Amino acid sequence: MTPLPLKERMAIDRVHMLEQDPHQRACNFLEVNQGLTPELAMREAERCIECKNRPCMEGCPVGVRIPEFLRAVAEGDFESAAKILRVDNALPATTGRVCPQETQCEGVCLRGKKGQPVAIGWLERFVADWAAEHLPAEGAPAAQTGFRVAVVGSGPGGLTAAGELARMGHKVHVFEALHDTGGVLRYGIPEFRLPKAIVDREVENLRNLGVTIECNVVIGRTLTVDEVAAEFDAVFIANGAGLPMFLNIPGENYKGVYSANEYLTRVNLMGAWMDVEGGTPVAKGETVVVFGGGNVAMDSVRTAKRLGARHAICAYRRTKAEMPARIEEIAHAEEEGIEFHYLLAPLEILGDEKGWVRAVKMQRMELGEPDASGRRRPVPIPGSEFELPCQIAVVALGTTANPLLTNTTPALKLNKWKNIVVDEKQATTLEGVFAGGDIVRGGATVILAMGDGKVAAHGIDEYLKGRTPKG
Amino acid sequence: MFRVVSNEEIAPLLHRMVIEAPRVAKARKPGQFVIVRCAKGGERIPLTIADDDVAAGTITLIIQAVGISTRDIVAVQAGGYLSDIAGPLGQPTEIEQLGRVVCVGGGAGTAVLFPLAKGLAQAGNELTTIIGGRSAKYVILEQELGAFSRRVFTTTEDGSAGETGFVTLPLKRILEDPEQRPGAVFAVGPVPMMKAVCNLTRQYGVRTIVSLNPIMVDGTGMCGGCRVTVGGQIKFACVDGPEFDGHQVDFNELAARQATYQELDAHGCRLDSQLAAMKKD
Repeated sequence: MTPLPLKERMAIDRVHMLEQDPHQRACNFLEVNQGLTPELAMREAERCIECKNRPCMEGCPVGVRIPEFLRAVAEGDFESAAKILRVDNALPATTGRVCPQETQCEGVCLRGKKGQPVAIGWLERFVADWAAEHLPAEGAPAAQTGFRVAVVGSGPGGLTAAGELARMGHKVHVFEALHDTGGVLRYGIPEFRLPKAIVDREVENLRNLGVTIECNVVIGRTLTVDEVAAEFDAVFIANGAGLPMFLNIPGENYKGVYSANEYLTRVNLMGAWMDVEGGTPVAKGETVVVFGGGNVAMDSVRTAKRLGARHAICAYRRTKAEMPARIEEIAHAEEEGIEFHYLLAPLEILGDEKGWVRAVKMQRMELGEPDASGRRRPVPIPGSEFELPCQIAVVALGTTANPLLTNTTPALKLNKWKNIVVDEKQATTLEGVFAGGDIVRGGATVILAMGDGKVAAHGIDEYLKGRTPKG
Repeated sequence: MFRVVSNEEIAPLLHRMVIEAPRVAKARKPGQFVIVRCAKGGERIPLTIADDDVAAGTITLIIQAVGISTRDIVAVQAGGYLSDIAGPLGQPTEIEQLGRVVCVGGGAGTAVLFPLAKGLAQAGNELTTIIGGRSAKYVILEQELGAFSRRVFTTTEDGSAGETGFVTLPLKRILEDPEQRPGAVFAVGPVPMMKAVCNLTRQYGVRTIVSLNPIMVDGTGMCGGCRVTVGGQIKFACVDGPEFDGHQVDFNELAARQATYQELDAHGCRLDSQLAAMKKD
């Protein structure tokens, strides 16, 4: 099929994602985005003008061959498109849903210079879902190298590395600390953004490739890195985010104050939203205030709404323009009736006589000079304090490095934030031990962790060449 | 899946379970715990490892069946399986040569005390053990602890065994006698007991270690639900503890936080009916 003439391609407007109605979805945990039809997908892919410099590929942390992939979709050859994705991206159904495309592939898409970029993320999601339904599972490669590689953590970084290494013919064993797979994809990102059936499917794909996953093994406690390194030919550490940060203000230990990690883990990993007898509970409130402006804050406040909060409030120190969350998440949250209170910082959490949260003492801010991050610094306005009544407060300020693994592995070089130091191939200071994701970056995104996993897999493959398997 | 080797009720609602968990058995040290999930959909429950048998690849847990999840766990009979056991978690007890040591256990806390006391005895300390319970049947592990303690005192609130009253009675006598005064006290039990012990030992300037059991989810430092205030600072019981200097612990805050989910309904969280109504619209 010959591509449409350029002029006709340029005339196509960006597709609209089919979404659940905002009022309806604010009361359920079903996925917000409903996906594209094959016709819509083909038409959207036709919008790619196949520019010479292919900036989208540069913008993709795992380097998906986006123009080829889009061409295949435009031609209705979803199978070829899926095969490109399979080779380049271990978790396409996930990244198609959770990547910040606006700062990556779509952010640099030439069509976005004048108008709207090609909806690369939505097309990736479409093809990954199509492949799950139509293509047979990919099996382990016939040629096995005999090397055994251990992966610590089954989050996005670990799963990506596992998939890459398995395709290279190495035998991969993944250690997961929790009772279920997926890391942040399971405990952090809510069902309405990334259905857990998708995570199950991505994990199943890896099992079909011959990857084994052992849950309930906490590296640093159950086994040390040294013990793992002694048994395997190489190790990739992707044990993820660490301890949640708190505000360090009075009243943070009142009942009803959660870290976003705890709030989301209770709801997502432990299934508190299903409210079953004997299951893990979560405290609900008529007014829930979430502090922070990132994706985790969006996930928390939208979860609060779905748990029945009449007022689900996101309180952020700066303005919408500085919010680090994905644009789509902010837009979805606004549609769902999330109340955004900008330029507010919490001073104190106030409790009742039984030790439950009753309000947050807030202070209004204004934007001053840009700080080290380039964003304008929030400056308190004296005398602007007021009380915001609420029953639940959720702190979504990020995490610090998890000490469990690194504390018991003194030979691993750490930086001043206690994150593992790696070289350009993700190799640590321990021979044969590589690392990536949040334990290296100190809090990033799913796709950056996946990028690390991919780089590390190639680094490990190179490291293993010329060695003999430990057997 | 983790196979249950044996399961016996050693006191009302208190079970001793031996479970195959070879990796945990090999790695654990006194004072550490595991997170247990009975079956799919169940809660993650932190439980102190009472003992291990590395050769057999088993660990021993002593479990008080106080809620739905712990009742589900103790309902699994020998030959049955528990879905998940993760660990060992937490910092091991710092076992030192302290000379004379008093170990105080209250109710099911005595089970948590057991591995700690055993470790202290093995390190050559001279142990005096005090076991308290509501009544005789809640005074547990007297024989087991007696095996390595120089002497054992028991107290019950109703006088059905040992001395009538609280564990602080014999403890006070020991502290008052300079000949018997210990280098340290280890106390594990309900929060009011640990608080009372610490208030008493503080007067005599005797170092007191307590093992805390706040609400926990993951047990690996990820959620911060188990945070406790120790010496004015936030600590996570799962990674920094569970043992802390009892004289520094904010017991009132701990007790309040432990009650979170019993009090849920009273906190205006009856939103489920509202939610159901919204869903209908």
